Amino acid sequence: MNLELSDSLQLTIDELSDKYSDKLIEVYQSSGDTFARIEADALLDVCTFLKEEHHFVYLSDVIGTDRYTSDERFEVIYNLLSLKNRDRLFLKVRCNEENPEVDSVVPVWPGANWNEREVYDMFGIRFKNHPDHRRIFMPEDFQYFPLRKEFPLLGIKGSIELPNTTPDTE
Amino acid sequence: MGLESALGEGYLTSRVDNLVNWARANAAWPMPMGLACCAIEMMAFAGPKYDAARFGSEVMRFSPRQSDVMIVAGWCTYKMSHAIRRIWDQMPDPKWCIAMGACASTGGMHRCYGVVQGVDNFLPVDTYISGCPPRPDAVLHALMKIQDKIKTEHSVMLDT
Repeated sequence: MNLELSDSLQLTIDELSDKYSDKLIEVYQSSGDTFARIEADALLDVCTFLKEEHHFVYLSDVIGTDRYTSDERFEVIYNLLSLKNRDRLFLKVRCNEENPEVDSVVPVWPGANWNEREVYDMFGIRFKNHPDHRRIFMPEDFQYFPLRKEFPLLGIKGSIELPNTTPDTE
Repeated sequence: MGLESALGEGYLTSRVDNLVNWARANAAWPMPMGLACCAIEMMAFAGPKYDAARFGSEVMRFSPRQSDVMIVAGWCTYKMSHAIRRIWDQMPDPKWCIAMGACASTGGMHRCYGVVQGVDNFLPVDTYISGCPPRPDAVLHALMKIQDKIKTEHSVMLDT
């Protein structure tokens, strides 16, 4: 692999590929950022390893993606930041359409709580062992996942309630 | 100045409708419903340069009980629509509504599932203002249109 990495990030990638050689699918760079895609079942181990051993103490963001492919349709991206080494690493896992489920990383970074709820709300990707697994933006009884590709731009008519236009007194 | 010098000790006749409408049209107090950037232009509309006081509309009432004209300024989500409708229902009759700007009128550039595509989906809008955001003069124009509308209304109705 031909990567331009800082010394500390190079060390991280090397140890990651040594320790999780069978779980690490690919490492690549794009637009100056480093991405590592791993098997979904190793997510919690890798996250704990990165946080404990390589100071990735700050989870900047959790992003969901609808790749709209027939297999492994959804992708969850974790934006990790090492405050000590000033390194940023994007961790990716994929899950399929039939059972979109990924381990929750709340035990590692408690701040992932609301980020994961947002990903669930927009894409319907469930997070195993999440402490508060509810929608965060859309109404509780909303039946769709708005950022999925098949969801129409203007929504589904009547799926969100508009206020009653006759006053209570009448 | 004033009528009394011209009239001496005389008197005028008019219809009650005219008198009531004249009073209502020149004291249309706005209920500011500032939701986005249009609210900034709405503040300029009330401020000294554009001076809504010339039309008797300088008092922004933040209480729906004291206001006559609701200015919906900005984009409105489905979540917010319930609050707006509730405030509208709390305003005493007679009342009027201005949809200020592209977003309040049609949803504007917020063409998406979470934004109501025009507040006329749940409010009886009297005047729409185009623009993104509209200039304060456009808000004055809408206010003058509302005044024109008030002046043609039948305010006093006989209970038969």
